[in-house]
Amino acid sequence: MKDLSAALEIDTALARRILTGFLRSETKRAGFSRGVVGVSGGIDSALTCFLAAEALGPKNVLAVRIPHAGSSPDSFDDAAEVIRLCGVRQVSFPITDAAAPLLASIPASDRVRRGNILARLRMIVLYDQSAAFEGLVLGTGNKTEILLGYTTLFGDSACALNPLGDLYKTQVRQLAAAVGLPAPILAKPPSADLWPGQTDEGELGVTFAEVDRLLFLLVDERQSAEACIEAGFKRSMVRKIVARIRRNQFKRMPPVVAKLSQRTVGYDFLYLRDEGT
Amino acid sequence: MKPFRLALAQIDTRLGDVAANLDTHLETITRARRRGADLVVFPELSLTGYMLQDVADEVALTPNAADPVFRRLLAASRGVDLVVSFVERDPRHSLFISAAYLSDGELVHLHRKVYLPTYGLFQDGRFFDRGRSFRAFDTRFGRFGLLICEDFWHVSAPYALWLDGAELLMLVSASPGRGLNGGGRLESARWIENITQTYASLFTVYVAQNNRVGFEDGLCYWGGATVIGPDGEHLAQGPDFEEALVVADIDPERIRRARLALPLLRDEQPALLQRALARLLGEPPP
Repeated sequence: MKDLSAALEIDTALARRILTGFLRSETKRAGFSRGVVGVSGGIDSALTCFLAAEALGPKNVLAVRIPHAGSSPDSFDDAAEVIRLCGVRQVSFPITDAAAPLLASIPASDRVRRGNILARLRMIVLYDQSAAFEGLVLGTGNKTEILLGYTTLFGDSACALNPLGDLYKTQVRQLAAAVGLPAPILAKPPSADLWPGQTDEGELGVTFAEVDRLLFLLVDERQSAEACIEAGFKRSMVRKIVARIRRNQFKRMPPVVAKLSQRTVGYDFLYLRDEGT
Repeated sequence: MKPFRLALAQIDTRLGDVAANLDTHLETITRARRRGADLVVFPELSLTGYMLQDVADEVALTPNAADPVFRRLLAASRGVDLVVSFVERDPRHSLFISAAYLSDGELVHLHRKVYLPTYGLFQDGRFFDRGRSFRAFDTRFGRFGLLICEDFWHVSAPYALWLDGAELLMLVSASPGRGLNGGGRLESARWIENITQTYASLFTVYVAQNNRVGFEDGLCYWGGATVIGPDGEHLAQGPDFEEALVVADIDPERIRRARLALPLLRDEQPALLQRALARLLGEPPP
């Protein structure tokens, strides 16, 4: 079995070059010159904001802070620090009042529904700012989240371009450190910050360091679940993760169209988004 | 072979926009001529972009003077030879990924991509028919071979061209970059480099490899065009990720010296291979 930590190590200079090129090229080809990023104070959105500023120029990036009364105040301050560091434009749009009537009918114990409401309200704010600023919404999701389905459909997963979507969380950390993001942002436990004290690793029941190694074996190396168990991963965790990847395929796809005609979007009407540009 | 100056045009393309790509070709040819180039080689699907999917049929061309795009390219090939790549439509409406060698207003050679990758991110076999031959061909400079991307991952293709007398292998590709674990370069860039250097060394031929740059959706083509001498030495190297014109002088003397030092072609025994293949294919021995 190969050294998985070494296998997950990336050439950060190369990743930075490709991702800034990607953001520049694909923003322009979509007919835009600007980008909009929801900046939460976490590492993923901080890195996305940094790369966008480098690719498009700080004046062409709008960082949007979208706090809720239940959000951690530290997150708001960390987001401010990221915005200052990147030199991008900014706007804050609290969603406490907008969320109140929607949350009123949902029991406080139902954290998933309440969290989804906040994630989807943030999407509404970002897409409205996208229209106002004439910039594309740049997503902040990473490969770990996408594979595990640790995301709200039409919420935080909604975006036009997803620069970090092929980097595991462990690799996002490497790239964030390499571009010089502040130590407190690199060090704090990742959190969707949808309720007080929430952490991603607490909710997933596994550390990113461990699950990324497992995902690398399953997805990149195409190893079987049995081979991963033989390699030392706990049987219960492997089963849970394999099931989770499969169950969340729906979040990774456009809505399924029922095929009726000879030529159907999604099956045999095949074009890249860049066609003609 | 005669000495000549080769230019690899490491360009970006517009996906499905032949007119815009033709302009890029003509501008690049003008620049290459200013640098004294005798032959300009463009990458795979240089006239259309690579990940065409359902656009393939709309951008298909026929490589003769009746086609308005080829009429201009054939005219541009007076004074400088060209290798361009495009979607070719045959009379039965099959589509091929093809590359054409143009010289002095004539089509000298046409190669249709034989190996169509249809696995992983690749979909060639879904949209295109495959070519059915590997042939070296004579040019005003010497005898050359031309292969497209996946063709040169099959060692039989350059081997056949080597035995057919090719002294320069032109390998054109549109290869999406992948693998960030490669120490300074993409892992896919290192694979290509290993292959091209190996072919140049084992076949004692010049190898000119040209890969495009730019993005198509999330795919990143890295460039890195290279010219390698028949002794395995790197003679020219394009940058990664940027458009460039990579120029090298081809010197036939170098082939003579390489083959004097390493007479691999002289000592090659294709008849042994023929017998082995007959056995493997269950055919009677020749």
